[in-house]
Amino acid sequence: MSLEISFIGILIGSIMASSVPLILAASGELITERSGVLNLGVEGMMIIGAISGFALMVITDNLFIAIVGSMLSGVIISLIFGFLTQSLLTNHVATGLALTIFGIGLSAMLGKNFVGIPGKEFPILFSSLRESIPFFGPILFGHSIILYFAFTLPFLTNYFLKKTKLGLVVRAVGDSPVSASNQGINVILVRYCCILYGGAMCGLAGAYLSLIYTPQWIENMTAGRGWIALALVVFATWSPIKVLIGALIFGGITILQLHMQAIGFRIPVQFLSALPYLMTIIVLVVISRDSRKIKLNTPTSLGRIFYKEK
Amino acid sequence: MYKNFFRYLISAIFLLGFSVNSNADFKVGFVYVGPTGDHGWTFQHHEGRNAVEAAGIKTTFVESVPEGADAERVIRQLAQSGHDLIFTTSFGYMDPTNKVAKDFPNVKFEHATGYKREHSNVSTYSARFYEGRTLLGHIAGKMTKTNTIGYIASFPIPEVIRGINAMTLAAQKVNPNIKTKIVWVFTWYDPGKEAEAAQALIDQGADVIMQHTDSTAPVQTAEKAGVWSFGQASDMQRFAPKSILTSIIDDWAPYYVERAIAARDGKWNQQDTWHGLKEGMVAMGPYNSAMGADLVKEVEQLQKDLASGKVHSFTGPIYDQKGNILVAEGKVADDGMLAGMSVYVKGVEGDIPK
Repeated sequence: MSLEISFIGILIGSIMASSVPLILAASGELITERSGVLNLGVEGMMIIGAISGFALMVITDNLFIAIVGSMLSGVIISLIFGFLTQSLLTNHVATGLALTIFGIGLSAMLGKNFVGIPGKEFPILFSSLRESIPFFGPILFGHSIILYFAFTLPFLTNYFLKKTKLGLVVRAVGDSPVSASNQGINVILVRYCCILYGGAMCGLAGAYLSLIYTPQWIENMTAGRGWIALALVVFATWSPIKVLIGALIFGGITILQLHMQAIGFRIPVQFLSALPYLMTIIVLVVISRDSRKIKLNTPTSLGRIFYKEK
Repeated sequence: MYKNFFRYLISAIFLLGFSVNSNADFKVGFVYVGPTGDHGWTFQHHEGRNAVEAAGIKTTFVESVPEGADAERVIRQLAQSGHDLIFTTSFGYMDPTNKVAKDFPNVKFEHATGYKREHSNVSTYSARFYEGRTLLGHIAGKMTKTNTIGYIASFPIPEVIRGINAMTLAAQKVNPNIKTKIVWVFTWYDPGKEAEAAQALIDQGADVIMQHTDSTAPVQTAEKAGVWSFGQASDMQRFAPKSILTSIIDDWAPYYVERAIAARDGKWNQQDTWHGLKEGMVAMGPYNSAMGADLVKEVEQLQKDLASGKVHSFTGPIYDQKGNILVAEGKVADDGMLAGMSVYVKGVEGDIPK
């Protein structure tokens, strides 16, 4: 029964749903890092997005406001990071870590009154097609609009970085801020924009968890997904498409190992629990062996402080 | 991890503040493993604390304290800052509680669900949740159409294994074809993971979901998928009104009030308490009318019989997975055996993680 073709369709559908927050957060962080800024605050920005989205949903009862608000809250909190690292020239790593601690603490405080309130059902698209088409139905249809956006995002990001002038500017700033600055590019402004964009995507990733995936607010509900998104960016060697592959593998094995337990595979459960981490690293390392491409994608000035002498 | 560090810092500052002026007053401290708003395990302990406050006794609490080394620090802080009685409300606080108790002989300690009382100032208490699981098993066995019950388990400790066994035995009694599928999530509290585990079990054919974890995510997942579920630790009905058949409710309030008053009046003695349906430490939520009037009546009768002792959850003959006899025909399992239960009974699939 468990290997029927329609069941595999359902399984792939739920794997896709579980990888959405990773794709969103990692795609946002990827742009930030390509501009030469290392923001370790992903987890903190996600959890702030989660509580803001949920709180706004409860208060306004409007999902659109909740989604936009969660992105704005990500922007605001990343602005703190931007101001500290770009204007006050603080260390990226330390500031990012502080942002995560701050975000988790602040979200717990803000969320005190929102614990235990059942969330609202988020509308899903094409739900009738999901039921009527075997196999492809549950894969392609019956998801939230955020999922479709998340699966387009890596391709858009790839196009943006490779084919547009602005993408070139971002890469230039990340590789050699000094030369970019000499070309007349406002390095600080570009980096600010990339930081805020990353914040917005992390906020959205958090809202996906609290509004769609498990519709409720619970303290620390991101449960380390921000750190996994960060690791994905590095192991995917800053390539948006590989980020997508990595997120799918991680989400996939997480779900599969639960199914393997339910089916009753006689493999130690602890090993199954470690499997998502192991497999994601192995696969990404194997597909990223081309050192020329890695050099091309790696932002050379990642995490280095840039300031313009006046 | 950082969140907790931050918390301790704050709670440490608070506790320091308390210790200055409070030596004269009698004070009770509580240590929780989850947030007070989990609407499950910790929520119920917090309700107990509220009852102690209402009885006119001062209390403090620290929430979301991870089991292990961090717990010891928090318990020690509470003991140092003038608390006279400290409730540590999770199994994993067992060793830290005993360690701190040794250094503070004048402070009384109450550890939930543990079995170690290494010093005369440590008591243990727990509830016979397995009696509730027996009722759940009976209902599940009658309600399932696929003959498959999905069980989300946290950690392989006797408490959890006892629940799985009690449920399976009761379900087998009313439905011999029953299968129990178990997914271990190795956490008490991770809504995302609990939801994924519930979904995996549902996808594998389970149409009744049971959990031994603390968040409401599994019952919400069950509600969405249109299968049956049971609330854990507190009445979770409003999170899944259609899906929840009943909830096992932990009612710690009477015990907490009794022990706090005893300690204040100097009448506190070391003891090991294990209360169940009879004493009301385990209670059942409202039964869902979808069960049908006959089944509700049946279950209510069974609940009465369990409370009166006429029926025991572990009545022989009980066999382990290999077919060895655990409890002989006509006998019931004694408390020692129940407390240390570490094997599955016949009919449960898979191995217990080591």
